[in-house]
Amino acid sequence: MLIKQLSIFLENKSGRLNEVSAILGAAGINMSAFSVADTSEFGILRLIVSDHEKALKVLRENSFSVSLTDVVCLNCPNQPGALARALGILSDNNVSIEYLYAFSVGETANVVIKPDDLEKCIAVLTEHSMELVKASDLYRI
Amino acid sequence: MIWNEKIECATRDEMRSIQSKRLNDTVQRIYHAIPYYRKKMQEAGLTPHDIKSVDDLKKLPFTTKADLRDNYPFGLFTVPMSEIVRLHASSGTTGKPTVVGYTRKDIQMWSEVVTRSLCMAGVHHHDIVQIAYGYGLFTGGLGIHYGTENLGASVIPISGGNTTKQIQLMEDFGSSVICCTPSYALNIAEVMKEQGVNIKNLKLRVGIFGAEPWTEAMRKEIEDKLGIKAIDIYGLSEIVGPGVSCECEHQCGMHINEDHFLPEIIDPETLEPVAPGEMGELVFTTITKEGMPLIRYRTRDLTRLIEEKCACGRTLVRMVKCKGRSDDMLIIRGVNVFPSQIESVLLQMSEVEPHYLLIIEREGTLDTVTLMVEVQEQFFSDEVRKLQELRMKITRQLESTLGISVNVKLVEPKTIERTAGKAQRVIDKRLLI
Repeated sequence: MLIKQLSIFLENKSGRLNEVSAILGAAGINMSAFSVADTSEFGILRLIVSDHEKALKVLRENSFSVSLTDVVCLNCPNQPGALARALGILSDNNVSIEYLYAFSVGETANVVIKPDDLEKCIAVLTEHSMELVKASDLYRI
Repeated sequence: MIWNEKIECATRDEMRSIQSKRLNDTVQRIYHAIPYYRKKMQEAGLTPHDIKSVDDLKKLPFTTKADLRDNYPFGLFTVPMSEIVRLHASSGTTGKPTVVGYTRKDIQMWSEVVTRSLCMAGVHHHDIVQIAYGYGLFTGGLGIHYGTENLGASVIPISGGNTTKQIQLMEDFGSSVICCTPSYALNIAEVMKEQGVNIKNLKLRVGIFGAEPWTEAMRKEIEDKLGIKAIDIYGLSEIVGPGVSCECEHQCGMHINEDHFLPEIIDPETLEPVAPGEMGELVFTTITKEGMPLIRYRTRDLTRLIEEKCACGRTLVRMVKCKGRSDDMLIIRGVNVFPSQIESVLLQMSEVEPHYLLIIEREGTLDTVTLMVEVQEQFFSDEVRKLQELRMKITRQLESTLGISVNVKLVEPKTIERTAGKAQRVIDKRLLI
């Protein structure tokens, strides 16, 4: 259930994002999902990739500050109201969301969620028959 | 071990008597040998007979870096070039370098004071000493080298830089002592960590660090990361090079080799001696040097003296770690700022690397200060909020320590240049007239 997400600290300098993607590309690592949080000073790049251990290694070799964060990925129908239902469950059960990002593929939408309480998040979603994406499936997208 | 117990443990009276005699000899010599000094003394209404003891020192005029520049290159040498066996030079921040010349006897004296310093640091003749100070015109490398050979320890004259090789030799040769700048010591520790070197497999036990100001917090960090005792050594090429003073194993101030270098503390504004034990600018008079003696040379280093006998048994007067230099003090929006203050704030926070760069600019009439600090990977959070909290924490701490507001910029690891020599911590882009 747990998805390993790479988080990379980036300064707001032109070309840095490009560098990360070039390094991963050269190492033959594919990106499944991707999001950038930015402030005026710095940004945090969040990535889900095909091989996070290898990505961690090559990025560290290139002097990036990288960490692995556990997140969950919700699979819900690509339909109006589907996300609201899922978020409503979390909110009703007092699970806060630090951040989330989403991408849709045809009929389904994938929502990557970083909750404050990972275990509780998984428990309540599973209890309400929400479908969570398996790590191995997500890494293959 | 105390190398020269007779001198290093002499009573105050014995020391005073040695100093007075040597001061008188030096003043006689320079008055007759150097027209520049003679003129300065005559202008002050002095003849060599007016300087009978150390109490008369305060009558003599000061010497500054500007005097050395005016007499570039050899104008202040008291002996003919045929008697000079070595030249060293330090890079001048402005204009020409500062040149110093040593006679054979000067080199012997220098070796002696460095040997004393090594013994203070707890180095023995069976140690293997890796000298990672630069060799060449800079006094660091050769100065420590001669003193180490004089002690009878084994020298690895590797010089500065090539950190991977430094670590390899530490492992292969079993170096027990490392000598370099404190910032380079941290650099070595960082590379060791990257390479997965376990310090427990090294024989290192003592580090002798100098040539740039460093704080107690930085000492602790070096000691923890390298698993050694970090000893502070002090010197400047104009006086002799490293070995002017050095800490003993008690780490409670640096013992000045005052039978060769007579210290005073003055108020840098009024130029008057301060009360005993007060903080001020350190001034040295060399009383045995032949090649280029200096009278009341203003070091610009801020410190204070401790006269009490040390727990190690030495009576040599001690100077506390330099608080900064009266000339690298920054005045930002009218507030005096020492780079060492910034360092101590950062070192108190475990989240950031002690590598920083301070950039000062002037917009209109207002000075703006930007501090770039590196975020360590283990504290890097993937939540924006937490990084911004860290940034605010540093900003608040700096503001309360320095009394000015600083724009803190978090940067990626390894962004700030590492050097094998003196680290550049400050870039002042203001055009100050």
